[in-house]
Amino acid sequence: MSKKVLVANRGEIAVRVIRCCKVMDIPVVSVYTEADKDSLHVSLADESIFMEDRRGYLNGDTLIALAKETGCDAVHPGYGFLAENAEFADKCKESGLIFIGPSAKSIEAMGLKLEARKLMQDSGVPVVPGSGLIESIESGLAEAEAIGYPVMIKASAGGGGRGIRVAMNKEQFCELLPAAQKESEVAFGSSEVYLEKYFDKPRHIEIQVIGDHFGNIIHMGERECSIQRRRQKLLEESPSPVMNEALRDKMGSAAVRAAQTVGYYGCGTVEFLVDEEMNYYFLEMNTRIQVEHPVTEMVTGFDLIKEQIKIAYGEPLSIKQQDITLKGWSIECRINAEDHEKNFKPTPGLIERFYPPMGPWSRMDTYLVEGIKITPLFDSLIGKVIVWGHDRKEAISRMRLALDEMVIDGVPTTAPVLRKLLDDEEFIAGRFDNNYLEKWLKTIL
Amino acid sequence: MEIKTDMAGLVESVLVAVGDVIETGQKILLLESMKTIMEVNSPSDGKVIEIKCESGDFVDEGDILVILG
Repeated sequence: MSKKVLVANRGEIAVRVIRCCKVMDIPVVSVYTEADKDSLHVSLADESIFMEDRRGYLNGDTLIALAKETGCDAVHPGYGFLAENAEFADKCKESGLIFIGPSAKSIEAMGLKLEARKLMQDSGVPVVPGSGLIESIESGLAEAEAIGYPVMIKASAGGGGRGIRVAMNKEQFCELLPAAQKESEVAFGSSEVYLEKYFDKPRHIEIQVIGDHFGNIIHMGERECSIQRRRQKLLEESPSPVMNEALRDKMGSAAVRAAQTVGYYGCGTVEFLVDEEMNYYFLEMNTRIQVEHPVTEMVTGFDLIKEQIKIAYGEPLSIKQQDITLKGWSIECRINAEDHEKNFKPTPGLIERFYPPMGPWSRMDTYLVEGIKITPLFDSLIGKVIVWGHDRKEAISRMRLALDEMVIDGVPTTAPVLRKLLDDEEFIAGRFDNNYLEKWLKTIL
Repeated sequence: MEIKTDMAGLVESVLVAVGDVIETGQKILLLESMKTIMEVNSPSDGKVIEIKCESGDFVDEGDILVILG
């Protein structure tokens, strides 16, 4: 059977996967709902199938049926939607389709954050001090006391920073626990929460891993993702300004061990929290391609989506650990339809004018076209600007140029505030942690 | 008085009922837009005389949500 891929996603990641399939000479099918009819992923694919169901991207049975009907032999889930849904991965397999991602077992093992913590602990991967599942306010209070305030209340089925609350003391804990349980129930369908030690000045540094079906797993260096607002990343870079070779080796080995523990294959990301003393702790593993994967591509020279597809089709990993050297510096800015002057309020609406940055060593992953209406039905990410430089200074300069040249008229975006950040002395010096952006925002507004 | 939405989105929940007497700033509705839950607060005091939407509805910018008497 010849290869043909259905992209079970939308937005910039659908465009990214479609482009990759085209480069690989693999016919590609996109799916779309009414809200996305003018989106770039619809016109770029070889075939595009309309889904009446507004929640079509979440409907596994429909997506599998469409893949079969169009003669596809594989499904790329992108990120979000069904990308980390073990049942969908299983159903694809049962239907004779290749799920371009890890096994349902790996997804499941890493999806339950608390179980994953235990697994990692047993494998010798350092984890943040934390608790088991919280059954009641009383048991929660006892666990919080044992860990020591401040503590984070986290959703067991969570991810992407949602469902997290920070309690500075006992009183706050009693107030926040029910709210966290409720949000978790709404967002993830489970009210189960657990606690983790909260660090004052942590950095979020993650390691890209990639493995094949033959047990080969390597890491592809780190991504610095500490520029966050409400735990949502806004700017990422590779390498990290605080990384050194010895620490990269140690964290890389820990990430590979984490992936090996769950028999991982495909692309995955092991997220770590790094404290001021450069101790690192496993946070979670994302069993999919990440939004910020391009910065790794830019410094390693490897196309991660292409590798993902090759692995899914059964090819052995063509890259060896010694092939991975991080060359130069890459930065990504997330362009979200949000108004930073109005507390990052979402700004769905019509794109009246769009001009992407086109200078050398810059790239834009987006689904935008002029005249498209940004729907409120999906998340606010409308594009990513990625640049490469020989060093961090040059990468920052190139990102400044890219954001200055880019034109998006019609809806406010995060571009202006990120452009401002690129001139901030602390950012330029690489002196920031996960809380820095929110503090800095207060100084500029 | 008509309370309109300045943002498109899905009505997540309506927090008031017809007949309720509400105050300026009171949360009347939760709106989901781009995966973010936003509060819609009343711009004035008044009595709810009509609710023009229900949970799950899609509302566009400028649509009337609630009418106060």
